[in-house]
Order: sequence, then structure tokens, then C-alpha cells
Amino acid sequence: MITFWFSIVVLAWVLFFVLEGFDFGVGLLGPLVGRDDHERGAVVRTIGPFWDGNEVWLVAAIGVTFAAFPAWYAALLAGLYLPMAVLLLLLAVRGVALEFRGKGDGARYRRRADLALAASSLGIVLLWGALLAVFANGLALDAAGSVTGSGLARSLSPVLTAEAGLGALAALFAAALLGATFLSLRTSGPVRRRARTLARWLGTGGAVALVVIGIGTASRLALAAALLSFAAGLLARHGREALAFTATAAAVAGAVISVFTAHGSVILRSTLDPAWSLTLTEAAATPSTLRLLTGAGVVILPGVLAYQAFSYWIFRRRVSSERVPS
Amino acid sequence: MDVLDLTRLQFAVVTIYHYFFVPLSISLAATAAGLEIAWLRTRREHYLHLTKFVGKLLIVTFAVGVVTGLVQEFQFGMGWSAFAKFYGDVFGPTLAIEGMLAFFLEATFLALWYFGWDRLPRRLHAATIVTVAVGTLLSAFIILAANSFMQNPVAYELDPATGRARLTSFTDLLLNKVNLAAFPHTMAGAAMAGGALLLAIAVWRLGSAPAYRVLARLGAWLTLAGGALTALTGDHLGKVITEVQPMKMAAAEALYATTTGAPFSIFATGKPLPEFSVEIPWLLSVLAKGSPDATVQGINDLQAQYVAQFGPGSYVPMIPVAFWSFRLMIGVGMAAAAVAAYYLWRTRKGSAAPRRLTRWLPLIPLLPAAANTFGWIFTETARQPWIAFGISTVADGISPGLTRAEVLASLLGFAVVYGVLAVVWFRLVRHLSRQPLAPPATPADRPEPAPVY
Repeated sequence: MITFWFSIVVLAWVLFFVLEGFDFGVGLLGPLVGRDDHERGAVVRTIGPFWDGNEVWLVAAIGVTFAAFPAWYAALLAGLYLPMAVLLLLLAVRGVALEFRGKGDGARYRRRADLALAASSLGIVLLWGALLAVFANGLALDAAGSVTGSGLARSLSPVLTAEAGLGALAALFAAALLGATFLSLRTSGPVRRRARTLARWLGTGGAVALVVIGIGTASRLALAAALLSFAAGLLARHGREALAFTATAAAVAGAVISVFTAHGSVILRSTLDPAWSLTLTEAAATPSTLRLLTGAGVVILPGVLAYQAFSYWIFRRRVSSERVPS
Repeated sequence: MDVLDLTRLQFAVVTIYHYFFVPLSISLAATAAGLEIAWLRTRREHYLHLTKFVGKLLIVTFAVGVVTGLVQEFQFGMGWSAFAKFYGDVFGPTLAIEGMLAFFLEATFLALWYFGWDRLPRRLHAATIVTVAVGTLLSAFIILAANSFMQNPVAYELDPATGRARLTSFTDLLLNKVNLAAFPHTMAGAAMAGGALLLAIAVWRLGSAPAYRVLARLGAWLTLAGGALTALTGDHLGKVITEVQPMKMAAAEALYATTTGAPFSIFATGKPLPEFSVEIPWLLSVLAKGSPDATVQGINDLQAQYVAQFGPGSYVPMIPVAFWSFRLMIGVGMAAAAVAAYYLWRTRKGSAAPRRLTRWLPLIPLLPAAANTFGWIFTETARQPWIAFGISTVADGISPGLTRAEVLASLLGFAVVYGVLAVVWFRLVRHLSRQPLAPPATPADRPEPAPVY
């Protein structure tokens, strides 16, 4: 039961990172692939109907983490207090920038919204990358399972390490590739062309970097990611846009799964003493709560997946970014 | 202020702010659904225009509600991890199921509705906004169940080994009698908030399109009906609260001694209040227990009783805050209903409202927003010192290790970003309200250039 719920929790996080990952990527690439107001409008329209539904996967992921593993939820959020606060603020700016962009008036207003969207998306992606590195590495949990320290450094220092920096860069690369392959799949015209070129370069360049890292750290994961990244670049080059997006999404999903399952039955490692680490069984809710969640999840989640798929089907048409001569 | 007070202040700030937008989303979703159904049945164009207008207000309001609601979902772990850890078994499922069951519905179907005008058949399109409205009600019910657990813990047992709470029945958790009383009261308050917003905008824009008259009267009816329902449901809620949290109602009246046939004061002054007060005889007994000669327990007796029951300590909430927030909630809310009633009376049978009324009506949304806020301030502060009444205190719930600097930094961040959001939201609503209600009639007026063959 605990393993089953752990896999549901991981599934929710994977769906969040893949789905919201591409809309983060689209957000941060906006000024790069959209050269004017009209093109940037087309960029935003590709995610307009979806981003909110995608973000609910974060609500679901954090909600099921809380319900199924309360001690894990408590340790992560309390130990990473300030990075989480910054993340929430950036998400607030981003959501509002996206939703308000098309409803205000004037080019200056929209330029500001585009800037806010790109900057907040960039910040969120970097921060999530750093946070995922911390999830994998662990926190300075003491015997009582809390992180102590003084001042701002208590919760800020975990995201200011070299590993966290590497995680941030990896996330930036992944989100940009997801965004570029998604945009090339969902638009037509100049935005599609630029996104495709970008996907090609990102895929190939990323593959080279990942191979270097993979050989340097003897990580099979990095090599697997390099392969998928190379495949995405190659597929983008040959106009197989859907497959290029799928390959990138698979790479992101694999990376997220490996972060969450990095230490087997330990879900949050203590960097101070392995004995103080938080295990799955310690963190889990009682069987009665897990049974309730199972009932609710089995009934509700397939429905959610079905109507979200329906929504993607309804808005499947490409968004055109061409200017019609007047 | 120490770290505990700062964390409490932050929770209060982000929660109150979130709750400016929630009732608006709930009532705007229901109104948009009602207007679209009215359009489908009557085919009168102005219903369609009003549906689209209310939909735009809903979208921008919902967006702020979403991003500030996400903060709520994280807050319990960030600031209150001890509470999350020990009561997560009971409290967590409400948040998880609300997210999976209701929030997905709202977010996905709102997007389908807003972007799907020309992609979905008409009836299916109307069904999507009805789904959103149902989703908001489900959300509210489940989240209020979580809050009701804090007011009146039910459906749990304490594990003697770990000290953690264990959920015994989710149905009992949802059907907490505080929730059954608080849900209708809160929904009535939400109707007032959205009704007043529509009334204000419609009165302001009355000159630009005749359809705004329909919207103004609809908004006024919602405000008035919501007001009447808050009174009825509030009366019932008060009796339930007297039963489960007698200290809260004693604090609301600043009633120190247990009194038979207790009066209700309209106004009081003094150090810890009533040294001088203007009273209505027997009213408190009627409000609390439904009978003029009923006995209402006083603060002093309850404090003594709690010391015997829970050990030494103060179990008295902040009396002036409880006293005034309770009165202001009622007073401000009833004022909004009265203004709405007066507007309806003056505009009956097609007559125009007097100028001095329409000049001030655009400010009316402030009244229900204030009433809702006072209501929550009363509910939450008069629960103190408990985080979950009778089983755990607020001081026990805070995250161990959290530092003052961290909370100060995050509080500052929330204050700045939320402040900017409020300004942007207000200006956008004003901008959307200034747009012509009906779309330009001829294709040549459309902003997009016509395709050239």
C-alpha cells in the first residue's frame, strides 16, 4: 500500500514536471522565438488553455504528498522554507502575467506582461532544478527530523550548493528543450521555424554536454538523457515534432523518477547522519487514510486524465504566428 | 514580535488576501453559468454579452485565487510543519481530495469554457461552466471541512505511541456539524461579495448599454438574498459554535460571568470592554441558545473549566478583537444588504436610481469583502490558543527550527507581490469594465485583419 501510494505521488510529480515543464519552457522562450507582439501572442496562446490545468498537478502532487506522507511533506517544506516562498511568489507573478496578458490594453502593457512571464518562468525553472537536486541529495535533518540553523541561511543554504546549481542548469536545459519542441509542434509560421531550429541546436548541444558529464561522473542516467536529447534534436531536424516532444518528455520523466527514487526506501536523506533519514514507512499516513486515498484516487484520477486529454484534443489546432498582409 | 507571532501574522495576511478572491470566483462562476443558461433558453443577445463579460471578470479573479491558493496548500508545511506532521493523516486528505476532485475540474473546464466558445456545441459549452460552478462549491465544502476540523475536531483518534492523529471516517470529517453550518453561511457571504461587485460595475457603466440594468438588478438581488441567508445561516452557526466552542461566543460578547437571560451589546467601551455598553436584553441568550431565558457560560467560568481540563494556561482569546470583528461582520454585511434593497426599491418598475445613490454604489463591493474578512478574523482569532480546538495549540503547530529572519523575509515578499497583484487586478477589472459590452457589429471593426484571398 505504501509503495503503491509512493508511486502515485511520484506519478503526480512526474506529470507536473512534464506538463508544467513545457509551459514553463514556452514562457521563458517567449521573447526568444517571438520577435514582436503578434508572435509573442501566438506563443502565449499555445499554452493559454492548458497551463492552469497543468499547474493543478502541482496542487495535486503537493496534496497527495501531504495526505499520503505527512512527515515528508512537513520536512521538505519546513526545511526549504524560503526557496518555497520564493517559488510561490514567482508562480504567482507568472500565473497572473499569463492570464492578464491578453486582457489589458496596449503594446506596452503586453510587453511588460511578456517580460514578467519570461523572467518568472526562468526563475521558477532554475529554482525547481535546484530544489530537485536537494530532494535527491537530502537535507540537514536532525534527530527530530527538522532542519535547524540561524537566520536566512537555514533554508537558503541547501539551494546554494554546486549540486543545486547543476540541477538548476539541467532544469533550464530540459525546460527550454521541452518548450521548443512543444512550440514547434503547436504553431505554424515563423515561431515554428525558430522553435524547430532551437530544438535542433539544444538537442544536439545538450547531448554533447550530457555525454561529457556522463563520462566525467560515470552516470548512466546522464548518458541515457544524452541519448534522448540527441534523439530529440535529430527528430526536430527531420520535422518529426511530436516524436521530438515525446523524447524530451520521456527524458524529463526519467530524471524526475530517478530523483524521487534515488535512495530506495529512504525518501529524504539526512546529510548529517544516515540514521536520521526519513524512510517511506516512517513518513506514511496510516493504512485507513491510504485506503481512503486509494478509493478517491482510483475513481477521480482516471477521470481527470480523461477530461484533460479531451481539453488537449479540443484545442489541438496549431496556433498560427504568420502575419496576414492587410 | 517573535517567530510564532510573525508566522501567525503571515498566515493571516495570505489567507485574508486569498479570501478576497475566493468568494468572487464562487459567485461569478455561478452567475456566468446562470446567464449562459438564460441565453440558451431565451436567445436574447444581452444575456450572451453579459455572460462573456462576467466570464472575463471570473477568469482574472480565478487566476489570482489560484496562485494565492497554492500558497495556502504549501503554508501548512512551510510554517506549520508540526501540525502537518501530527494531524496530516486527517487534514491532508481534505487538501488532496479537494485538489484531485474539485480543483482539476475548475481549472480544466474553465479553460474549456473560456477558449471553447467556437469549438464546443452550445449545450456542452454551457455544461462546462456549470461544471466549474459545481467545482467551486465542492472545493469550498471540502476546504471548510478542513477548517471545521480545526474548530471542532471529529473523526479522528490519537495514536498513543506516536502522538499522531488517525483518521477514522472521512464521511464524518466532511459532515462535521460545524461544516454543515459554516458551508451555507460562507456561500451566502460569497453570493453577497460577487453580487456587490456586479452591482457596482453595472451601476458605474449603466449609461453605456441597457443590459447593465439587468446586471445591476441581478447583482443587487444576489447581495440582498445573500444578506438574508447569511443572517439565517449565521444564527444557526452561532448556536453550533456555542455548543462546541462556548469560549468563542463568550468572547464575542465579552461576557465574563455566566449569565441567564444574557443581553447582546451593540456597542461597548472600557478596558477589557463592557464597562459601558448599549445592550439589547436577552438577545445573546436567543442568539446562542434560541431562548431568552437560557444560560450562557461566561469567560471566567470557561477559563476555570479549561484549566481543570487541559492544565494551567490562558484559554481566553483576544477579547476586543472577537467583540468588534463579530459586530462589524454583522453590521457591515447588513449594511450591504440594506443598500442593495434600497437600490432595488428605487429602481422598481424601470425607474432610475437617484444620483446620490449611484455615485456611491461603485464602492459597495468593499462592504461584503469587509464582512467576509471580519467573519474569518472572528472565527480564527477567537479559536486561540488552539490550532485544533481542545487537542493542540497554535504554539505546538509551528515548524521547529523556523527563524524570525526567514518569516520576516517571506512576509515582506508576500506583502509586496500581493500588493502589486491587487493593484494590477483592480486596474484590469476597471479596464475590462470600460470595454463595450456588445462586440462591434460589422466584421470591419474587428481588431484582427480580415483574411485576404
